[in-house]
Amino acid sequence: MSQELWNYLLIGLSFAIYIGIALRSKAGSTEDYYVAGGGVSPFANGMATAADWMSAATFISMAGGIAASGYNASRFLMGWTGGFVLLTTLIVPYLRKFGKVTVVDFLGDRFDSTTARLVGVVCAIFISMTYIMGQMRGVGLVFSRLFEIEIATGVLIGAAIVFFYAGIGGMKGITYTQVAQYVVMVFAYTIPAIFISLLLTGNVIPQFGLIGTYTKEGAEVAVPLLEKLNQLNVDLGFAKYTDGNLDTLDMFCITAALMFGTAGLPHVIVRFFTVKSVKAVRTSACWTLACIALIYLTAPAIGAFARVNFINEVNQSTYEDVPEWFHNWEDRGLIAWVDKNQDGILQHQSGAVFEGRVPEFSDERGLSGERIITNTLTANANEVYYDQDILVMANPEMAGLPRWVIALVMAGCVAAALSTAAGLLLVLSTSISHDLMKKVLKPNMTDKQEVHYARLASFFSLVIAAYFGINPPSAIVAKTVAFAFGLAASSFFPTILMGIFFKRVNKYGAIPGMVCGITFTFSYITYFQFFADHSNYWLGISPEGIGFVGMIINFVITLSISYLTPPPSAKIQAMVEEIRNPSGAK
Amino acid sequence: MKEQTAQCAHWHASIRIVISILLIWFLVSLGCGVLFREYLDTHMPTVGGAPFGFWMAQQGSILSFIGLLLLYRFLMNRLDKKHGLEDAS
Repeated sequence: MSQELWNYLLIGLSFAIYIGIALRSKAGSTEDYYVAGGGVSPFANGMATAADWMSAATFISMAGGIAASGYNASRFLMGWTGGFVLLTTLIVPYLRKFGKVTVVDFLGDRFDSTTARLVGVVCAIFISMTYIMGQMRGVGLVFSRLFEIEIATGVLIGAAIVFFYAGIGGMKGITYTQVAQYVVMVFAYTIPAIFISLLLTGNVIPQFGLIGTYTKEGAEVAVPLLEKLNQLNVDLGFAKYTDGNLDTLDMFCITAALMFGTAGLPHVIVRFFTVKSVKAVRTSACWTLACIALIYLTAPAIGAFARVNFINEVNQSTYEDVPEWFHNWEDRGLIAWVDKNQDGILQHQSGAVFEGRVPEFSDERGLSGERIITNTLTANANEVYYDQDILVMANPEMAGLPRWVIALVMAGCVAAALSTAAGLLLVLSTSISHDLMKKVLKPNMTDKQEVHYARLASFFSLVIAAYFGINPPSAIVAKTVAFAFGLAASSFFPTILMGIFFKRVNKYGAIPGMVCGITFTFSYITYFQFFADHSNYWLGISPEGIGFVGMIINFVITLSISYLTPPPSAKIQAMVEEIRNPSGAK
Repeated sequence: MKEQTAQCAHWHASIRIVISILLIWFLVSLGCGVLFREYLDTHMPTVGGAPFGFWMAQQGSILSFIGLLLLYRFLMNRLDKKHGLEDAS
């Protein structure tokens, strides 16, 4: 069977499963639509949250990012898992006890203020919108690479599927499709890793392979894999793999911002509203992190293996001798080679091969048969360009695995993008139908009308997301991480935390605190993305890490104003007491 | 009134649990993985073939987070039981 056929078969099969599940779980009430009826088991919710959490970027790009930057990439590994410790100990058990269906509901009720509610709605929509654009784009890219169709068609197919089960079925439709998507993702990610680990280190568990010895060239030259990698990196002019070159303060701020941002992302928080009790939330959080860790602990291994393998197979080889996958991915435009010194041998080193971000190919072939690129070349000696994403996508080919594994990896990429898009879509639609329509504009509408509005809102959100997926505002997409996590870290996380842990905090403090936190973070990122043509960051803190500073600003302003103004009413104080009591969650 | 004091005691004890968990959380991730990474890389025994700080940043911290959540779950459930604040199942 050809590769193409396998791809169609496995991706088609996975779609059939998602749609089948969605058909069985149609939401009837707002309770179903927003929190899946509230009786999801902790383990199922753990898998669903893991799928919700791990996006197309995590699945496709993270291992490639680790391979390229070694230690530096640890900020993503720690940031995107460590946030769950904060989320579990500080946020979700209390919000679950609170028992409402959205995150913004808490802000509105706790601070007894429509303004707080509206600020929350704006934040939730902006965060989820920037995030979902990247997911739609991810679906489109995978489809276009696989089936050689336009990105736009791929985006539309993805949008239609997501609307079908998330827009119609709400949280009820999402939950069990996400469970299925998690299963697809975990197999797609770990199977190739196990085989490539066997190939390079003889170790069947990739995490042991990472810290094990490199045995591919025989036992007599066995050295620790990471030492081998450091050696290769230094030889080719890169920084040592285990050292990295980011400034410690910047590294600290980025890691912290990602952690605090994770704990404030609405689409993750609401997943915990679907379990039965506070006790179930705690159990579910353990499952969630375990499910995520399975992939996050594998990523550094894949990154290291892929880099060793890539350099060994490609560097100093002739064009005819490089493995078949090199030619395959060159044909898809994700690898390029320019024979700068015309010796017919591929040389890979640090530095850019050409100017511009991606190679532009002409139709001609060079002397060795390579595709000719038309970009202006740089003066440095690096001849080999590769897109980081191929390290995950080409992994099965590098390990010489059968075609169905390659197709499985593709199905995993699509699952990762769809599951995250679905979770974000739910936040977008409930922000509009519940937080805006029901709570502010039309308080008298019935349950049925509210679900109706939620579906309508999800349809229009998807149209907008698909439009931006096809025509991405590149400046925003390039800073998705900074915007989404920075804003969540400077708005939702600190404000919710103080709402729970400081009874004295009131709306006079919380609203300006939130507004200043977001404004500062947003302006800093926007300034360096759109206006400044330099990157002389303040104290060397890059836009990805500035959310940490924004969070501190929020804390300081909220607390100082709150203690200078009258305390919240007795009713609200009683509500806070009630949230802190773990028993009797509805 | 009795329930109020029970809840008050529960709250103070749970704050202690949360703070202890977060101290360890900070130490294993931002501490070992970022702030003291270089020191640990050179002064601690390696984990298999990996320098200690590097290993903490890419594997150890994540494993510790799972341990911390299990610990949190255990301590909080026990605390609820002690103060009679658990849901009847």
